[in-house]
Order: sequence, then C-alpha cells, then structure tokens
Amino acid sequence: MSPEPPAGGAPAPAVQLSAITKRFPGVVANSDVNITVRAGTVHALVGENGAGKSTLMKILYGMQQPDEGTIAIDGAPVAFSSPADAIRAGIGMVHQHFMLADNLTVLENVVLGSEPRKGVGLDFAAARAKITEISTAYGLGVDPDRLVDDLGVGERQRVEILKVLYRGARTLILDEPTAVLVPQEVDELFGNLRDLKAEGLTILFISHKLDEVLSVADDITVIRRGTTVASVSPEGVTARKLAELMVGSALPVPELRESTVTDATVLSVEGLTVLSADGRTVLDNVSFTIHAGEVLGIAGVEGNGQAELVEALMGIRSCSAGRITLSGQDITRATTRHRREAGIGYIPEDRHRQGLLLEAPLWENRILGHQTSAPNVRGPLLDRKGAKRDTERIVDEYDVRTPGIGVNASALSGGNQQKLIVGREMSGSPVLLIASHPTRGVDVGAQAAIWEHIRRARAEQLAVLLISADLDELIGMSDTLSVILRGRLVADHDPAAVTPEQLGSAMTGAGRED
Amino acid sequence: MRNLTPRSVLLGLAAPLGALVFAALVCGIILAATGNSPIDTVDAMATAAQRPRTLVNSVNSATVYYLAAVAVAIGFRMKLFNIGVDGQYRLAAMLSAALAGAAFMDNLPSFLRIALTIAVAMLVGAGWAGLAALLKVTRGVSEVISTIMLNAIATYLVSYLLNPARLAETTAGSNNIGTAKITEGGQVPGFEVSGSTTKVFGLILLAAIVGVVYWFVLSRTKFGFELKATGLSESAAVASGVSVKKMVVISMLLSGAVAGLVGMPQLLGASYTYSLDFPPGLGFVGIAVALLGRNNPVGMAVAALLWGFLDNAANALDISGVPREIVLIMQGVIVLSVVVAYELVRRYRVRAEQQAVGKALGRTKTLEEVSA
Amino acid sequence: MTVGGLSVGIETAPARRGKRLSPMVYLLVAVGALLVLSAVRALSGATDLTSAGTVQAALTAAVPLAMAALAGLWAERAGVVNIGLEGMMVLGTFGAGYAGYQWGPWAGVVFGLFLGIIGGLLHAVATVTFGVDHIISGVAINLLAPGAALFLSKLYFADAPGGGQKQSPRIEDAAKVTLPGFSDLMGTIEGKRWFFVSDLAGVLRGLTTEISLLTLLAVVLIVATGWVLWRTPFGLRLRSCGESPSAAESLGVNVLKYKYLAVTASGAFAGLGGAFLAVSSGQYRDGQTGGRGFIGLAAMIFGNWRPGGLATGAGLFGYTDAMALRGSNAVHALLLLLGIALVVVAVIQYRSGHNVLSGVAAAIGVLFGWWYFASSEVPPELVGAAPYVVTLLVLGLASQRLRPPKFVGEPYRKGHAV
Repeated sequence: MSPEPPAGGAPAPAVQLSAITKRFPGVVANSDVNITVRAGTVHALVGENGAGKSTLMKILYGMQQPDEGTIAIDGAPVAFSSPADAIRAGIGMVHQHFMLADNLTVLENVVLGSEPRKGVGLDFAAARAKITEISTAYGLGVDPDRLVDDLGVGERQRVEILKVLYRGARTLILDEPTAVLVPQEVDELFGNLRDLKAEGLTILFISHKLDEVLSVADDITVIRRGTTVASVSPEGVTARKLAELMVGSALPVPELRESTVTDATVLSVEGLTVLSADGRTVLDNVSFTIHAGEVLGIAGVEGNGQAELVEALMGIRSCSAGRITLSGQDITRATTRHRREAGIGYIPEDRHRQGLLLEAPLWENRILGHQTSAPNVRGPLLDRKGAKRDTERIVDEYDVRTPGIGVNASALSGGNQQKLIVGREMSGSPVLLIASHPTRGVDVGAQAAIWEHIRRARAEQLAVLLISADLDELIGMSDTLSVILRGRLVADHDPAAVTPEQLGSAMTGAGRED
Repeated sequence: MRNLTPRSVLLGLAAPLGALVFAALVCGIILAATGNSPIDTVDAMATAAQRPRTLVNSVNSATVYYLAAVAVAIGFRMKLFNIGVDGQYRLAAMLSAALAGAAFMDNLPSFLRIALTIAVAMLVGAGWAGLAALLKVTRGVSEVISTIMLNAIATYLVSYLLNPARLAETTAGSNNIGTAKITEGGQVPGFEVSGSTTKVFGLILLAAIVGVVYWFVLSRTKFGFELKATGLSESAAVASGVSVKKMVVISMLLSGAVAGLVGMPQLLGASYTYSLDFPPGLGFVGIAVALLGRNNPVGMAVAALLWGFLDNAANALDISGVPREIVLIMQGVIVLSVVVAYELVRRYRVRAEQQAVGKALGRTKTLEEVSA
Repeated sequence: MTVGGLSVGIETAPARRGKRLSPMVYLLVAVGALLVLSAVRALSGATDLTSAGTVQAALTAAVPLAMAALAGLWAERAGVVNIGLEGMMVLGTFGAGYAGYQWGPWAGVVFGLFLGIIGGLLHAVATVTFGVDHIISGVAINLLAPGAALFLSKLYFADAPGGGQKQSPRIEDAAKVTLPGFSDLMGTIEGKRWFFVSDLAGVLRGLTTEISLLTLLAVVLIVATGWVLWRTPFGLRLRSCGESPSAAESLGVNVLKYKYLAVTASGAFAGLGGAFLAVSSGQYRDGQTGGRGFIGLAAMIFGNWRPGGLATGAGLFGYTDAMALRGSNAVHALLLLLGIALVVVAVIQYRSGHNVLSGVAAAIGVLFGWWYFASSEVPPELVGAAPYVVTLLVLGLASQRLRPPKFVGEPYRKGHAV
C-alpha cells in the first residue's frame, strides 16, 4: 500500500510503522496500521475525529505502547517506553493542545527535560543563547525570557516548535496544528514547515482539513476506524476522493434550506460590555439581534471574546454595561437559572467541563440545567421517574448509542455525549439556543445529526446563536454572519456570498479597510 | 443511586472490608513486633464486647460521631472540606451550655429549655462555619485553611470564655472549671439498658432524625441534586444555573448547624456542663467516620458504631496490658487504607463500565474518550 | 488560592505580577517596619518589642514554622497539597525524643527527619500512586501520626529515666554560637534607649547572640531550597509537575518520580521541623506541635509559595509567638502594630482600586487601634490566637496577590494528563 521508496541508494524511511495494533478496555483504537514516511518530506495523516490518529501518534511518541507491531526509525527498529525515548530517537511532537506551563518562562518551558548544565545548576546563559540561535535561524521570533502566560496563540505554537527543534528532532509530528490558527497564520506556519523541510527535516502532519493537506503534503496516508486504508500522493487525488476515503462515503455538508427567518425578535443585545477580573475590556459594546427562526453565526479566532459573550448571555459572567433582552424581557441582571427558565438552551464549548456530570448516570445528566422544570422536579423534590422516562425519550429520538440510561456519562463516546446534550437542551421548547462549537470533536455521523436537529428546530422558530471555529459549518449553517475581533463585532457578512478566505481576513483584522 | 445488584453491593463492601482486614493485619504485626500478643488483644476486645456497659458506651459514642460525620459529609458531598467541625461544636457546646445552665432558664418549661439550648448550639455552629463561608465566597479563601485557623481560634476563645470571671464557675472540690450545671428541667433523660448503669443518650433519636433528613434531602430533593452536581463538576453546575456561592454558604451553614449538635448528647445527657474535660477532637473523628462511610447515611452509621466500639474497647486493653493507643493506630490505618481502597474500586468500576458499554455497542473508541 | 476543592470566589484573572522587587526595596521596607516598631515601642513603653531577648525567642519559635513551611513548599511546588504536615511534624518530635535523649541532639534531628520521611512516603503513596484526594490523605495522616507517636512513647518512654507515658526524657540542646564582640557592642547600644538606633541594635544583637546551630541549619536549608528549586534542572522539573504535569510528561519528565521525591522531601522537612521543636524545647511531649504544621502552611501561603516569603511569614508568626511568652505589655502593643499594618494594607488596596477591601481593612485596623487605646491589657488566653487571626486577615485582605502553582491539588495519572 505504501509508496515505493525511490530506487537506488535512497535513504531508509524516516519512520516506518508496521502492523501496529492497540487495544483499550472494550475497544480497539488501532488495528494493523502501516505507514511509511520518507525522510525529508511532509507526510500527512488524515482521518476524521475518532479515527485513531491521536492514539497512533501517542504510540509513535512513546506515550502509549502498541500491543502488536513494530516501529522503525531510519530503518532501525525501536521500542519507546516513554516520550524520553522518542525524543532521544529524534522525534518531536507539537501537540494540538499546547503543552506549556503558563507560570514558567519560555526558556524554562523550552529546556525542561533536557537542560544545559553548569555543575549541578542550570546553565541559563547557554540555554538563552541556544534558544535565540534557533529562533533566529528559523525565523520564529521567540523571546526566551517572557512568561508563557503573556503569549498569544501563534506565539505559543512557535514556542512548541522551538521546543522540538531545541531537542534536535529530525522528525516533527504536528497534531492538528492549524485548528487554532486563522488562514493567514496557517500560511505562515506552512512557510515555516517548508523551511524545515528544506533543512532536511521530516514532518508528520495530522489533519482533517483536506485542502490544507493537499497544499502542503508530499504523501498522504488515510486512516479510518483505526486502520490505514490508503496511501496516496496529492497529485493523483482530489479533495472529494480523499473525503470519501476518510469516511467511506460522501461527507455531510452543512447547509440550510429555505429561509425561515421571521420578524419576531427573540434576543436583542445592545452595547454589551464585559470586563475581565483584572479590568481589561474583553467584550466591547457588542450589539446584535436574533429573530425567531434565524441562525446567527459568529466567526472569530478563538480568544477574541466568544467565550465571554456566551458566558455573559448565560449569566455566568456579569456585564459592566449594556442590555440583554429575551422575548421582550430584560434579562441583563437575571441569574443563569432565570435565563434558562426563560427558554435559553445551551450547548457549551467544552462538554466535559460545562455540559455533563461525567461521573453521574445519564438520567441525572438529563436533570442538569433543567432542575427547576418538569419532568425533572415536582416542587422542591426530584421526580426521578419523570426524569428517567424523559431520558429514555431523548436517547430514542436523538439516537444516543448507550446500553441504558443508568450508565455514567463518561462511558459514552464524544458524539453520543453531545447528542445527549443537544437532546436535553432542545427539550422544554426553548426559544433561543446558544450553540458553542456544537460539532467539535464528534464523528461525522453525529455531526450530520446535530446539524439536522438545529435545522429542524430553526424551522420551528427557534433562534440560534452559533459559534464555531469551523468556517464551513458557520457559512453553511448561518442565516447571518458576524465577525468578532478583540471583543468587538467588526463586520457582517452574507453567508451566501462570503468565502472562507474573506472571513479569515476579517477575523484577523486584515480586511477592515474594505 | 445505582441499581442494587449483588455484584454492585459486593463491590461497595469490598473497600471498607478490605481496609478493615488490612488495618487488623498491620496492627497485628505492630503488636507482635512490640512484644504484645495480638491474640490476647483480640480476646480482651471480644470480652469487652460482651459487657453491656461497653456496648452502651459504644452506642453513645457512635451517636456523637454520627452527628459529626453528617456535619462533615454535607460539605464533602460538594467537595467543600469543612475541617472546622471541631471548633464549631466546641464553641457551640460551650455557649449553649452557658445558656442552658443560666438561672433564668429554670423557669421555662423543660421542652422549651432543651429546644432553646439546641437551637443556640446550631446557631453558634452555623455562625462559626459561616465565617469560613464568607471568606470563601467573597475572597476565594480555601475553606480548608480558614477552618483550620478557625479551629485554633475557637480553642483560644473557649479558654477565654471558660473563666470564672466570665461564663464559668469553679467546681467545688476539684480544680475543674465549667459552666453552671444544667438543672434537671434542662436535661434530656436517657434510655435504661439492663445490665448497665449508664443509659443510652436520649438524643440518639436526634441523631437518627438528622440521618433520615440527611438521606432524604440529598437523594430526593433539588437541593441535594445541586449539592451533588457541584461536587462532581463545579463548572457544569454553574452552567446549569446553580449559584455555587449560594450553595457554599447554605451547605457551610447547614454543616455548621449540625456540627453544633455534636456536643448536645453529651451535654444534655451525661455531663450537664461544659468543663475543661469535655471531649475534644470529635470533629476529626467525624471526618474519619464520614470517609469510612462514604458520606452514605447508613454507611456512616455503621462506621460510627465501629469507631465507638473501638474507642470503648480500648479501655479494656489497658487492663490487659496492651497500650490502648493501638486503637488509634488501627483507626488511622483504616482511614488511610479505606480511601485508597475506594479509589481503586472507583477506577475498577469506570473501566468495567466502559468495557461493558464498548461491548454492548461494539464500536471503537479513541484514547481521549477512554481516559476522559 | 486553591487547594483542590471548589474554585468559587477565586478571581479567574491572573494575579497581576508585581515586578520582582530589588533588594534595595526590601531593605527600605524592613527599615520602615522597624521605624514603626520603634515608634510603637516608644509610645507604649513595651521595650520587649525590639529587645534582643524577643528576637532570640522569635527566631527559636520561627525555625520549626519555617521548616513546616518549607515542607509545604516542596510538596505544593510539585502539585501535591500536604496538610498532613502536622502529623509528620509529630512523628519528627517523637523521633527526636527517641534518639535525642539516647544519643544527643543531632541524632535526634536525623531520626526525626527519618520518621518525617516515612510520613511523607505514606502521603506520596496515597496521593501519587493511588490518586487519593490530597486533603483526605492529609487528614488521615494527621489522625494516624499522633496515635502512632503516643503508642510508641508509651512503649519507649514510660520506663525510661525522666520520661513518662507522654513525654521523653530530657534531650540536650544543640550548641549555640555568638558573634563575639559585635553582640556586646550592640548590647551597649541597646541599653541607651535611643529611638530607632537602640531598637536596631536590639534586633541585631538578637540575631547574633546565642544562635542555635539548628537555626543556622534552617537558614541554610531555606537558601538551599530556593537555589535547588529555581536554579537547577532538578528544581525546574519538580516545579513543572506543579505547573503543568502534562507538559512535563510530554517532554519525558518522570512526573511520578518527581512528585514522590517532592512529597518525601516535604515529609523530611516536616520531620526536621518537629525535631527542631523537640530539641529546642528539651524533650518530646505529646501534643507538642500544637498546630505548628498548620501555621507553617499558613506561612507558606503568606509567603506566596516562595522561600523568602515563607521565611518572612515564619518570622512574623514566630514573633507573635515570642510576644505571647513575653507577657501582656508587649502583647498589648501588638494590637497597635496590627492596627497600623491593617491601615497600611487599606492604603495599598485603595490605591489598586479595591475600595471595599480597603474599607474592610481600615475598619478592622481602626478596631484594633481602638482596642489598644481602650484597654490596658490583652487577656492572656487570646494571645495564642494571634498567628491564626493574622493568617485569616492576610488571606481575606491580600489574597489576590498570591500566585500558587497552577496544578496544585489536582490528581495526576500517568498517560492521562494529555
């Protein structure tokens, strides 16, 4: 399946994974995975969420050990029992969720684990010199003495890359590196990657964004349901073909059908301003309106006030100025409880943090957030029967795959957890749904189902505030689009006319002149 | 709230029983190593167990321990660590004893006197705990630290108030000082038990009522649900509309109020005065019992009885020449090993459940989901 | 500030990092504090406030607290909360009593340290290996340790000459040193009762006269801790386990190992604190620690999880302890000092825009001032509460400046942190 190595005196593959299998209690994460990465190339590993890419990379990086199969680096077989082994073999990993300690400086973060020494002490001068040297050589622009807490997303990613280079890695694994970047930053990153390749480094690039993969990769391996299904070269394949390889069928497309927008204002926000605890303005004079049957999408680079907006609307965070009106009722000072009772459904950005009690059964999770309304309670008492019956209904209607409603939420897959949350938040006939990254980290099946539920609710006059980092989802699912930048709504776009590139410029502020 | 299958019951009992056996083993080894006979020790305790007096005393101790455990458990359910039950009950017992012993109380009907005493104890306990709650919700001060500090401050405050110049009087013929003795109208009569001169505390009924109310509120009411939800995930509770600040204040006040009850059985059923020799340290026993009983109303009752028995059997050990402190070691080992055992059982359960779900649905799962 | 548990009430914004103050600023603050002290001394006539004897007593009291605080620092920097300090200190006092009366003070110190290590290992096994909640494990150790110590003391001390069921025979004190010449000179100046100058001389004489070798060792340990944790690769790795265990793990740092080492070191320091306490008071007694483990924890928080800070905290609490021993005149003056300190806090908080907090601080400060002027003495029973009250005031009025390790109190499991 793998591309034939070039004939005659070609170097051994930088990385060769053969017949890797990894099992977890009750599940098989990887089975019979085969990948060959040529030295000095950018090799992309594509697959949808939950296909087993991350587990595979953890195996390659020594964080997990395979049950079967072999790993060979530069032709020599290896066995990694910890990341330290992998690092020693010249493998470095840039994690999707940055592995940085906020309270430590860039220097401390970079040298951690392979510190230059002077006697028993740490040789700060040598460390500083080496970091500055690498930073200059690859144009990373990193200041070793700043606290990581003070850095932005792009800078943090460059610190992560620097960490890997500092350890002399010859093979870099990048796990979904573009997930947190805007298109312009992605271009910069790809520029960096080409520089690295030119220096002879090998890059293993994990993604599910196919256009990016096609533009940067020399080879592509597709992984589906824990196993490698194809190895292709970007010249001989289209995005559509790749997608089909990835999911085994056509990808679902986010789209709305005919407009259902009415004149009835459901949510009206005027001049909303929110300050952070240390007095910075994180949301600045934000105003918008959502009508019944309308989906308002908010595009923006993460950390530009989306989380604060959602929390202010939910009453989790207090606002310093402005007015929030729901169906004509002023709820600016209302409690979260009151807002929920007034008909706001909430799909949080991080379901494990805000959406679920992982160590409680599904039916108790049904009560969560709706603990003042039927069928969950009668007066101050819980209605256990009612809650259980309604949980059965949600499991049924929303196709939550579970052996029963008595299992803990932690036992379900991400997609099923999310479907349970969607079902819960749609019950009790809400008037407004706040959906924050509703399909993040779920499989395509669940993704399509969630889009369909939002479409159906919209047709029944639900107003929806949709926040997402997936620009295709935003463009496809919104009636109206606004861009948020540094806490302000800076531009409105017609989702029917806008392209992801235009949105991207607006998100970084580059398009503000127009 | 799980379905009671034989398997789940067995799993539930595995941890505490395992811990008991482990603790007994450790103590046996320690005894043998220090030249005491483990067999004699068991024999002495078994003999003690047959004396009605020991049993009555054990039940009385258990009554007090149970109240302390419930006080602690209210906070534990929402991951609020009220380490301060100790200071709360001592201050409450002291002040309510001073009130109950005051001369003007003699004119009140007995029921009212007792009710008033108990109410004041609850108020004082709640008030002292309320200070920690206030610091927590307004300033984010960890209740662990603040209640530890408040325990110490309560100690000094009690010794300040327990002075003949203030709320105490010297007991004739001894160098003990205490509050004025509560006259008969303010006492709670006990229950006679044949073969024992000591009576079972009348306020054992109060402990039973507290236990039932605790069970009902926690498993059947909205408030109980929100308490549990906050304990499982504070951020999810907030997003669900729970005001965590309000919950902290309410549960801390409730915990303090129940802590105020801890001294009552002893005060109104046996000593009738708060003096220098009033039993100290009950708050920490409460923590141990709550841990052993897993905050479960029935589990804590069993744990309290065990603790009470161990304490009272310790007296019998002295007679047989074994240092009674072996019981303290045993109790310490039980607590430490039971928390470890509960954690192991919990992990086993999570794995078993994920395996079961995986099997039932026959699908693959990513590592993120497995480790979540 | 959090030690596991609920985070409600904790401001989510990062504390504003003050710039690292230069040594000059610290010196100025110290001189200012001494000026205030001199003024209060002159006003109240409580010469004990700045006498060499007080400073000596304060140092002796501060050393066990500082060791407990260091113990807390080591554990918490690696992400493990250790409220079992009190129990580990108890083990230390017993160990010092057992070895100390037989083979001298230094044997006592070593044996106390050794027993502390056992306590620390126990905590490490429970929290690191088995993932038990740190607070719960700490409480369990605090239940277990005193029982064990009492059991052993009955076993070994009851029949020993001069011992009893609850106390060990006498332990010889560690040797003491004096800076020759300088000490006498300062004594002369102190006797002159000059404003500020004599006060300064008193403090300096206290710091240079009859200083126990244990105290010197403690100073060395504090400085060494600062160097090890902040200037060596070992320290960086250890701290990374408290700041971001997942980052540490991803770079091949063996987080479990460092947590074990840190908690074991924490036990060692706590045992050392207990041993210092027993040796300096001449014997082991049941209940001797009297909550010093908790005060040590408070000193660590007061010191913002830094060696210099915790030393200041321990010094301050040791000072109140010493005051309590000196009789009520000095303690009475302490009320005024507390009042002034609170007013200073009020001013600082007002300038950084925390008006409510400033008001509360000012009100409590005025209250203490009023108490001072309206009374002639403080009831002796209340004096001991001072460190606890001060800690609550610090936490309540200045906690937004604290910056604890980010992952302190969080359970960690290998391979699951990612």
